[in-house]
Amino acid sequence: MSFDLNFIGILIGAIMASSVPLILAASGELITERSGVLNLGVEGMMIIGAISGFALMVVTDNLFFAVVGSMLSGLIISLIFGLLTQSLLTNHVATGLALTIFGIGMSAMIGKNFVGIPGKEFPLLFVNLKESIPFLGPVFFGHSIILYFAFGLPFLTNYFLKKTKTGLIIRAVGDSPTSASNQGINVTLVRYSCILYGGAMCGLAGAYLSLIYTPQWIENMTGGRGWIALALVVFATWSPIKVLIGALIFGGITILQLHMQAAGLRIPVQLLSALPYIMTIIVLVVISRDSRKIKLNTPTSLGQIFYKEK
Amino acid sequence: MYKLFLRSLISALFLLGFSLNANAEFKVGFVYVGPTGDHGWTYQHDEGRKAVEAAGIKTTYVESVPEGADAERVIRQLAQSGHDLIFTTSFGYMDPTNKVAKDFPNVKFEHATGYKREHSNVATYSARFYEGRTLLGHMAGKMTKTNTIGYIASFPIPEVIRGINAMTLAAQKVNPDIKTKIVWVFTWYDPGKESEAAQALIDQGADIIMQHTDSTAPVQVAEKAGVWSFGQASDMQRFAPKSILTSIIDDWAPYYVERSIAARDGTWKQQDTWHGLKEGMVAMAPYNSAMGSDLVKEVEQLQKDLASGKVHSFTGPIYDQKGNILVAEGAVADDGMLAGMNVYVKGVEGDIPQ
Repeated sequence: MSFDLNFIGILIGAIMASSVPLILAASGELITERSGVLNLGVEGMMIIGAISGFALMVVTDNLFFAVVGSMLSGLIISLIFGLLTQSLLTNHVATGLALTIFGIGMSAMIGKNFVGIPGKEFPLLFVNLKESIPFLGPVFFGHSIILYFAFGLPFLTNYFLKKTKTGLIIRAVGDSPTSASNQGINVTLVRYSCILYGGAMCGLAGAYLSLIYTPQWIENMTGGRGWIALALVVFATWSPIKVLIGALIFGGITILQLHMQAAGLRIPVQLLSALPYIMTIIVLVVISRDSRKIKLNTPTSLGQIFYKEK
Repeated sequence: MYKLFLRSLISALFLLGFSLNANAEFKVGFVYVGPTGDHGWTYQHDEGRKAVEAAGIKTTYVESVPEGADAERVIRQLAQSGHDLIFTTSFGYMDPTNKVAKDFPNVKFEHATGYKREHSNVATYSARFYEGRTLLGHMAGKMTKTNTIGYIASFPIPEVIRGINAMTLAAQKVNPDIKTKIVWVFTWYDPGKESEAAQALIDQGADIIMQHTDSTAPVQVAEKAGVWSFGQASDMQRFAPKSILTSIIDDWAPYYVERSIAARDGTWKQQDTWHGLKEGMVAMAPYNSAMGSDLVKEVEQLQKDLASGKVHSFTGPIYDQKGNILVAEGAVADDGMLAGMNVYVKGVEGDIPQ
């Protein structure tokens, strides 16, 4: 393995790029869960976002429409989840699982006509800076605008939840929907909004895969990333900054283990493949040891159905 | 009461018999490991299925069936639902296929890329993909500037190891300094992981990328990075128009049509088929003119020689990594050795995962 500085910069850049879908989906799901709704349909919403983004790119030839459209489609599909769980009061877990299965099947059906079409080049920013500055160049420049957005998102989310009134309302709804309702907060409306926001972010995460990361449509292309994002939210104990750290560790070790293999290090490959999962869990458990803080962050009413007393 | 019961039982049996009769139309089932839209391995098998359909035989398929417990359930279900011939198209379906075949002696089974034929109703078939790998190795050896070839491998089974070895031997022949770097991804199909592996190999200095996985992701990464690549299983030229040198194409259609008709007409027999460039089960996509007309001519000649049998991919002397002789000078590896190949040849870096 070569160890010059610029190479390490390239490596870090690759790690950042691979963690973007996880950050986006997990940040969206975090808001949803903070309002007390457990949506296990992340994978399904992501894959719908991926096919919608790609299909719109092919049909309209406009990347802006493609990105916005993917978010809208993620939002629309999460609306189904909202209708079922919030208005018809179905079980969150079962509905979320159904949403994933529906999303995967639906995307494959829509996608039949888009298989085998090469993607379009997505514009990358500051490409000349990337090449002219050693080490820092490949780390900070030459990425897509979605990557910069994704890396700002956990901080925005953190500020939003902790410092704004709306954030407080969301947390109140997640912790005790009954008290929030008694305070005159429309719990159902808040939860709907959080579900839709989560859906839009998952849609964007899917579009990142089909438009930027592997620019093409392939069935099942999310490859379980939605489930990893879901797990990240839990292991990060519902803290947006820890979601970012977890996503970087996961992306980092995934990329590093491939490099270790390519460099011919004699470590059992199966162990290397399992490493991202093991390491992410260990690190997040270690940084979340404080049980008082976990309790503080965990939405108490997560996954529970809220009946408004009339 | 008793009579009524008997009467309804008899009529029920009649109905059952009738409906079984109605289902007796000859049907062929296919089990795929990936989605038909992978534009690689499964896509090509499905092209073969469509050819069977075009020949007037009814077919059904089940896609994205994981290798393991699920596979047996799916194969059993196809057998139970009146399919007369079932193609199971991935290595990992080997044991499930044989297990189900034991319980359904009247159903014919065809398993791709395996070697177990435990019952008389199981046939196996595969293509000599390694002949294509030999051509790839020749091109890779000539085209590389960094003398590093990046190879994305799926699972450590003989078929994959054979491909790595055939490629390395051919590349060494034209360029003794080449190194083959291998990344095992332990999946047949995960575009994200495959592209990360391709990127890792490129970052490690590989300027040729080839893969024994099923998606088009690696060739796209190579195109973006400006290094040479090869398509796998089907022609992937449009995914990397500049950088792809050629693709190995699996053409299953003639075999599927022939075997389906044989099964329908009652002439099907157990056999082990291993066809290559000669029979057309392995074909090459058009060669990229960017490699120069001299090299294209060379490779075309080599392709003819492999097809005619004048050149064999595994011609001795061949040594393993420790320098023990595997195939003596002048001899060629026999099919038994090829089918069970489980060691790297000299020049491949790293160990085979156990």
